[in-house]
Amino acid sequence: MEAIQAHGALWSLKEMYTYPNEYIYWTIHIVIYPYITGLVAGAFVLSSLYHVFGKEELKPVSRFALLFSFALLLIAPSPLLFHLTQPQRSIHIMMTPHFYSAIAAFTIVYMTYMAIVLAEIWFVFRPFIVGQALEKKGILGLIYKVMTLGSYDVSEHALHVDEKITKILAFVGIPAAGLLHGYVGFIFGSVKTVPLWKTPLMPFIFLMSAIISGVAVCIFTYLIVMFVSRRFICKNTIRSMCKVLSLFLVIAFLLEGIDLVFHAYTAEESWGILSEVIFERFGFEVIFIQWIMGMIVPMIMLMLPNVGLPRAFIASTLVLIGVFMMRWDVVIGGQSMSRSLAGFLTYKIPIIPNSIEAFKEGPIPVVILLSAPFILLFIFNKVLPVFNDITSEEDCYATPEKPS
Amino acid sequence: MELTRRQLLKMGLLSVCGTVIPISALEIFKPDALASLVHPFSKKKRWAFVVDTTKCMGCGMCAKACKLESDIPFDTEVQRTWVERYVQLKTGEVIIDSPRGARYGFTANDPQGRELKDEDVTKGFFVPKLCNHCEKPSCVQVCPVGATYKTDDGVVLVDRKWCIGCGYCITNCPYFARFFHPIYNVADKCTFCYQRITKGLNTACSDACAFGVRKIGKLYDPDSEVFKIITTQRVAVLKPEFGNEPHVFYLGLDDIVK
Repeated sequence: MEAIQAHGALWSLKEMYTYPNEYIYWTIHIVIYPYITGLVAGAFVLSSLYHVFGKEELKPVSRFALLFSFALLLIAPSPLLFHLTQPQRSIHIMMTPHFYSAIAAFTIVYMTYMAIVLAEIWFVFRPFIVGQALEKKGILGLIYKVMTLGSYDVSEHALHVDEKITKILAFVGIPAAGLLHGYVGFIFGSVKTVPLWKTPLMPFIFLMSAIISGVAVCIFTYLIVMFVSRRFICKNTIRSMCKVLSLFLVIAFLLEGIDLVFHAYTAEESWGILSEVIFERFGFEVIFIQWIMGMIVPMIMLMLPNVGLPRAFIASTLVLIGVFMMRWDVVIGGQSMSRSLAGFLTYKIPIIPNSIEAFKEGPIPVVILLSAPFILLFIFNKVLPVFNDITSEEDCYATPEKPS
Repeated sequence: MELTRRQLLKMGLLSVCGTVIPISALEIFKPDALASLVHPFSKKKRWAFVVDTTKCMGCGMCAKACKLESDIPFDTEVQRTWVERYVQLKTGEVIIDSPRGARYGFTANDPQGRELKDEDVTKGFFVPKLCNHCEKPSCVQVCPVGATYKTDDGVVLVDRKWCIGCGYCITNCPYFARFFHPIYNVADKCTFCYQRITKGLNTACSDACAFGVRKIGKLYDPDSEVFKIITTQRVAVLKPEFGNEPHVFYLGLDDIVK
């Protein structure tokens, strides 16, 4: 009889000496979980820049960024369900949270953030929802009626209050978004057994890469949608987003750089094998894709004067790929060096779904999970349209409260 | 009100003392500390393990016995306990291996499949490994649902009905003593044979060892051989730098041991 395979043996290749129980236990889903969570935080921060700091140039994308961050937020925990070996028990985190564990705080952080995002969406779209509820008939009318939550007051005073509350929510949302993603960084940073992860900078590194990926995904999606639907694209808006992106790119780059320099300079016992992982085994992924193509090239592209739409599109796409690679390098790279410091593990993603485990851990769920936020955005956009019809640059900032 | 420097210092000192003294009472009247006054210290039960690496021959009977005692499929490549072979060459190179967790024993002079000449080897030895049942287990710390826990007598166990299988504990164990159970798909590990030791029996691995390498016993128990060894001989623990306070003590540990 064929022996039952150990969990992890399917996709881990061992080299030299690794402990008998050592496999890559955190796989592709733990790569896309922080990736999607990061996109949430970044998109939200972008929408808050308009609401809180009054960056008028960002007005045309603030609603889109907000709704998109909600779509991403809904999908964010799903990779974890694929990752858990007992997903039906995931509710235990809420039933008996063990607060010494970073993961246990997930429910609280996630729910708080969800409440803020949902509330902000409701306040931002309230005038539109009320208008539609009064106008539309049938099922769609019923949906809008439910969405008003019984509040039909759209007097000037009420709208003024709404605006104030939105501002507060957006303001509170920024630290909440920071907490959500900083906390994901903490999950990794606190794993003391993995030398690549164990750094107090991890939450900040994750947060900065979250913001750049979130802003980049907004530029990327916005440009595609506007281009495909042949709408006018506000150049100033894109330029402003690019400015935000380049600013955070610099911070992210510095943080990641200082982390590496510290590892190299202090050169603890693990540095020998760690440097081999970073510069040799993951050399192409880390140096070429993550740093050069994902950070340095877009940084130069965005900092050169007169950023046009094609350049913005290419730079944001590169950043998206770069940040994905960064998550990959952190999660897989960190585990690819044996805890014995005397061997390596290689991760081979199971392509052929010939068993439930191979399917679960394979590329199919990944594609589904990564495309789900876009599908959700498409559906949400049917109910709460976020892409405005604009015809000229002047219109960008004078868009009516009620999108047409 | 005018405040002189003298008054400020006086009031400052008073308020610091006023805060510190009541708080320090909490430190003095710690429940644990009070309990230790009532019960003699030696009554505290704490399981510990001694591995005498100088006696290990690498037969692997311990790893085999462990597999047979537990419900982990014999041929699945995960081990609650395993034996590592260390061979140091004259070049300074260290070769480590543990083929199939050593449950079939080391039967040839071929670490990592390499043919070695006797004259090239400076030293070689075996190191049995198992869960260290740490005093401050990092696996227990990070379990999000509290499915893994430390018993009052210091044994770290997993609740199979509550584990969600996130793998955080596995990632956080410096010794990689944890893995996913191939059938139940939950975190699994050495239990110090809790079902046996609580009945006064030995662990399966120490019963299977013909050379007296492995010993289980209680700390603070003057009759316990384990306690005698730990208190009178030079013992070391694995990876103390992680601060887990492991409770598997090794005799004859070398610095090439990972």
